[in-house]
Amino acid sequence: MKARDQWVAFMTIVTKEIRRFTRIWPQTLLPPAITMTLYFVIFGNLIGSRIGDMGGFDYMQYIVPGLIMMSVIQNSYGNVVSSFFSTKFQHSIEEMLVSPMPPHVILTGFVVGGMVRGMLVGLIVSLLSLFFTHLSMQHLLITVTVVILTAALFALGGFINAVFANKFDDISIVPTFILTPLTYLGGVFYSIDLLPEFWRTVSLANPIVYMVNAFRYGVLGVSDVNVYASLAAICGFVVAFYLFALWLLRRGTGIRH
Amino acid sequence: MSALTIRNLTKTYANGVQALKGIDLEVQKGDFFALLGPNGAGKSTTIGVVSSLVNKSGGDVSIFGHSLDTQRSQAKMKIGVVPQEFNFNQFEKVFDIVVTQAGFYGIPAPLARERAEKYLRQLGLWEKRDKQSRTLSGGMKRRLMIARALVHEPELLILDEPTAGVDIELRRSMWDFLTRINQEGKTIILTTHYLEEAESLCRNIAIIDHGTIVENTSMRALLEKLQVETFVLDLARPVETAPVLEGFDGGLRDAQTLEVAVPKTQSLNTLFVALAEQQFEVMSMRNKANRLEELFVRLVEQNLPGEKA
Repeated sequence: MKARDQWVAFMTIVTKEIRRFTRIWPQTLLPPAITMTLYFVIFGNLIGSRIGDMGGFDYMQYIVPGLIMMSVIQNSYGNVVSSFFSTKFQHSIEEMLVSPMPPHVILTGFVVGGMVRGMLVGLIVSLLSLFFTHLSMQHLLITVTVVILTAALFALGGFINAVFANKFDDISIVPTFILTPLTYLGGVFYSIDLLPEFWRTVSLANPIVYMVNAFRYGVLGVSDVNVYASLAAICGFVVAFYLFALWLLRRGTGIRH
Repeated sequence: MSALTIRNLTKTYANGVQALKGIDLEVQKGDFFALLGPNGAGKSTTIGVVSSLVNKSGGDVSIFGHSLDTQRSQAKMKIGVVPQEFNFNQFEKVFDIVVTQAGFYGIPAPLARERAEKYLRQLGLWEKRDKQSRTLSGGMKRRLMIARALVHEPELLILDEPTAGVDIELRRSMWDFLTRINQEGKTIILTTHYLEEAESLCRNIAIIDHGTIVENTSMRALLEKLQVETFVLDLARPVETAPVLEGFDGGLRDAQTLEVAVPKTQSLNTLFVALAEQQFEVMSMRNKANRLEELFVRLVEQNLPGEKA
C-alpha cells in the first residue's frame, strides 16, 4: 500500500473514531464535564477553601492540572478500549483485516482517535475550570507535550487491554482496579511531599505521578519530581507500549484464529 | 490466468482440530466457482485464510499471482469478501459503512462516495443510505455486505453463503446481480448450502470434506457422473397398481404419484412410451432431488471416515 493510500486509510480510521465518540456525546463528552465540575465545586470551592494553600497556590488552582490530566487519561484509555473491543465484538474488525492496511496504520488510527477524545475532554475540563479559578500557562511547550504523550500512552494502554479482552467485563477491570486507584494516588489532589517518607517513595513507583506533576509544572511551574526525567520516562513507555501493541496486532492476538 | 491458487494449504487450530489437510485449488480468472461441503468441512477456514482472517499453518495462497505471504497488500487489493455473518458496525449508517470500507483501501473520500452510491443503487439500498445498519432487514444486510465488498472494485469476489436466510425473490435478484458482474469479468467464488444455487450459477466446483478436496471439476463433468436420476411423476388419475417398467426402478408413492429412477443409459422417451402403453397419463414431472444434491450426498457419504476403503 502506497504512503498516500496509507494516509487515506489512517484518516478514515481517525474520522470514524471521532464520528463514533461525537455521535454518542452524552456518554463520552458530557459525563467527564459534569464529574469534573462537581470536583471543582466540592474539592475546590467547598473543601478547598478550608485547606488553604498547597505548593504555593490556592487548593483549587493546585488540583485543576491534576483533574485535567485525569480526564485526559481516562478518556484516551476509555475511547480505545471500548471502541476496539466493540469492533472485535461486532466482528467489524474483519473490515480492516481483509483490507491491505498495514497493522501500524490500524494501531495509529485507533490511538490517535483516542488521543483526540482525551485531549478534547481535557480542553472542555480546562475551559470549565476557568469558571472556578484563574490559570496561567508557565511552560506551554511542556504542557502540550505532556498532554500529547500521556494521551498517546493511555490510548495505547486501552488498545492492549482491548486486544486481550474477551468480554465486556474485561474492559472495565483495568480502569476500575488499576487506573482509577493510580490516578487518585497520583498526586492529583495533594503534593506527594506531604506524605511520610515511606509512602512518598512508594508513590514514586506510580507512573501517573510523573504525568500529573509534569503537567502541573507546565501550567503552574511547580512539580514534586524532575520534569525532564518524567518526560523521558513517558516517551519510553509510549515507545514500549506501541511496539508491544504492534506486535500483538501483527500476530493477530485476540482477533485472528 | 489464475485468480486464486492454493497449494498444500493446512490449518490446525489451537485446540488441535485439523481443519485443512493440505488442499490444492485453482480458480481461473472470470470463473464462477462453487466451493461446497458439509458444515465443518473446511470451507469457511479456506475462505478465512484467503481473506486473511485466519492464519494458515502451512502452504501457499496466491491471488492473481500475488502471494499472500510476500505481496500481501497487492493480493488483498484484488479480493472482496462477503462473509457469512454480519460483520459491520450495527450503529453506523449504511452509506458510512461503504465509504469507510473504501477508505481502508486508500480510496479518497470523493471517489469513495461516488462508488458507494453506484453500488448501493445497484443493490437497491440507496434509499436506505442514511439508516443505521441495524434497522435493515436480513436480506438488505446481505446486500450491504456485497456493496461493501465491491467498493474497491476487486477482481475476485468471495461470497460465503450469501443467500442464507434470504427469501426466494431476493435470492433470485442476487443471482441475477452476481451473474451480471461475473459476465462483466469479475471472478466469483461462492459457498452455499443451496445446491440449486451452485448448479445454476457456477461453471466449476470443488467439494471439500474433512479438510480435503474430494472433487474438483467442471459442473458439467460432475453432473455427468450422476448415473441415476430420480423423477416424480404426477398422474392424471389415481391408480391401484404401479406400472410395469422394464429397465427402471420405482413405484407408487401414493395413488396419484409415481417415483421412477431413470438410469443414464435409458432415455425418458422409453419411459413415457411404456407408461402410455399401460394407459398411465402423466400431468407433470420433476426431479426428486436437485441433481447436484444427489451427487453431493453421495460424494460426502463416500468420504465418511468409517467408510473409507
